[in-house]
Amino acid sequence: MSRVITYAQALNEALAHCMDQDDSVFIMGEDVGRYGGIFQVTAGLQERFGVDRVMDTPISEAAFVGGAVGAAMTGMRPVVEIMFIDFITVAMDMVINQMAKMHFMFGGRAKVPMVIRVNIGAGRGTAAQHSQSFHAIFQHIPGIKIAMPSTPHDAKGMLIEAIQDDNPVLFVEHKKMYIDKGEVPEEAYTVPIGKAKVVRPGKDITVVATLNMVAKALAVAEEMAGQGVDMEVIDLRALCPLDREAVLASVRKTGTLITADEGCHTGNMGAELAAMVAEHALDSLQAPIIRVAGPDTPVAFSPPLEQAFIPSEQDLKDAVSRVLEYL
Amino acid sequence: MDIPLKTVRQLYRTMVVIRAFEEKVQDLYARGHIPGLAHLYIGEEAIAAGVCANLGDKDYITSTHRGHGHVIAKGALLKPMMAELYGKETGYCKGKGGSMHIADVDLGILGANGIAGGGLPIAVGAGLSCKMKHPGHVAVCFFGDASSNNGTFHESLNFAAVHKLPVVFVCENNGFGISVSQAQHQAITDIAIRAAGYGMPGQTVDGNDVLSVYLAAGEAIERARQGQGPTLLECKTYRWRGHHEGDPNQGGRYRSKEDIQAWVEKCPIKRFEQYLSKNKVMTKKQMQAVWDEVELEITGSIEFAEQSPFPPLSEMYQDVLA
Repeated sequence: MSRVITYAQALNEALAHCMDQDDSVFIMGEDVGRYGGIFQVTAGLQERFGVDRVMDTPISEAAFVGGAVGAAMTGMRPVVEIMFIDFITVAMDMVINQMAKMHFMFGGRAKVPMVIRVNIGAGRGTAAQHSQSFHAIFQHIPGIKIAMPSTPHDAKGMLIEAIQDDNPVLFVEHKKMYIDKGEVPEEAYTVPIGKAKVVRPGKDITVVATLNMVAKALAVAEEMAGQGVDMEVIDLRALCPLDREAVLASVRKTGTLITADEGCHTGNMGAELAAMVAEHALDSLQAPIIRVAGPDTPVAFSPPLEQAFIPSEQDLKDAVSRVLEYL
Repeated sequence: MDIPLKTVRQLYRTMVVIRAFEEKVQDLYARGHIPGLAHLYIGEEAIAAGVCANLGDKDYITSTHRGHGHVIAKGALLKPMMAELYGKETGYCKGKGGSMHIADVDLGILGANGIAGGGLPIAVGAGLSCKMKHPGHVAVCFFGDASSNNGTFHESLNFAAVHKLPVVFVCENNGFGISVSQAQHQAITDIAIRAAGYGMPGQTVDGNDVLSVYLAAGEAIERARQGQGPTLLECKTYRWRGHHEGDPNQGGRYRSKEDIQAWVEKCPIKRFEQYLSKNKVMTKKQMQAVWDEVELEITGSIEFAEQSPFPPLSEMYQDVLA
């Protein structure tokens, strides 16, 4: 059995590896230096690589996200940390009109090899402005890859891949997963961005999940197996490029689709998958497509309300029950 | 004042190219040859010419929606520029960017930018690259008076100052943000005073005097090259044309003909021609020869653009991702 480390440590190893290999790679963000990042993902890196390569920035998201765009266009490979995805809103021009557009708008003359690390998710009592999961917004913007690793193993491999990619990558983490542990090889490796993974093959019901919802789907799948229902669980791992084929192949096999993602129900990642399946695999469907998602509300602070926001294993089981009515 | 004659003549030529290019675009736009939007730089030529004469290919600029002058001064070629305005495949961006997005990273042109204030953080990033990988090189950021009210101005100047980045922020104060006058959009007249709030030098110069711009920018750029950090350089000027071609009566809804005329009389090129004559740097005949030569070059760029094909429809799907 190989070594077990946390999701945060896996990300830290990926950063250290890339900075070691390539002096174009540097980190910018709020409290990423001496503090080590609010979730300790950059812990120890400033001591190792110096203040110029692990830069504590002013609270100026537009300046450092836009700064990363300018640095990336001129030969660097910046990795910026947005402390909570909620804060990316103050740099949206830089993300949508600048970062995502440069390569196309300049006819391929400019490349923007940069990574924006963000975290989503409720469950830490951080209320409506520090708990959102609106990553699907960016799926609507051509020109941005969107990685969503659900295990420490994939966190390390996909971050190395993201840093080496010549495109801008939005790297979506879940703040409740930083302390999750898993097996992670010590050596460097990459995991492709844009390849979903069948984490549990099955023949009856397809569940396509992201981040923390993958583990919940697997738990439900084990429980349902005891009841004779064979669920297939797919870890989507990226919203762009979207691995349409993996999803369609599974839906064609099972005739069903349940999506599971913490983003609010309306317009979340499941909406795109549902539309895609309706367009390309309608004939295969034997049951309604169900989206297991956050409700269409801001995240409330009060602990019972916050917990009720987060899509649960029970929500997944309810979705499975509904699908089973048609099979 | 100790400016090499070659540079003085180059300053003149650059201004003439910009003026002649823009006048031609004005005409082509009016006749429906150029689609989309055109924001002309007529009247402001001294700033781009004066600043960029201090830069080399390895230095960077970020530009604005009113960017033709900046990219010409930074060395962009007229043929691919004109073709880009026409939306042709041979344009700088294969026709996919247009007037507001001309870029040539090899020449250090990090793009004209359609978002007011959008270029400031990008220039900061280019400054970071220079500091980390190319010491001695600089990034120059052009932006307007109205963009100095955008959050990116504050964030970028603060960031560049605290990290002592080699960035020169060149504010082209032409008195208007589209239709809103400076007096309506900020409670100060000299934007350069804002530099004090960031702990960097600030200077206001006559943006219609190309030699003043050249010298002031030269000092700021030299400080940046020496690792002494950023500068805010405000160049006061005026745009003769409307915000964009098609703005009725050259902005007649928000300014008087007399105001425009007063600034036309302060034409940076006429002024420089008088200087060149008086100081016997160039004869009238030599100056006319520059105009004639430039005219030919621009005519050639129009022929090139008109004869070039539009990009194939498949081009739409290229370059979305690298």
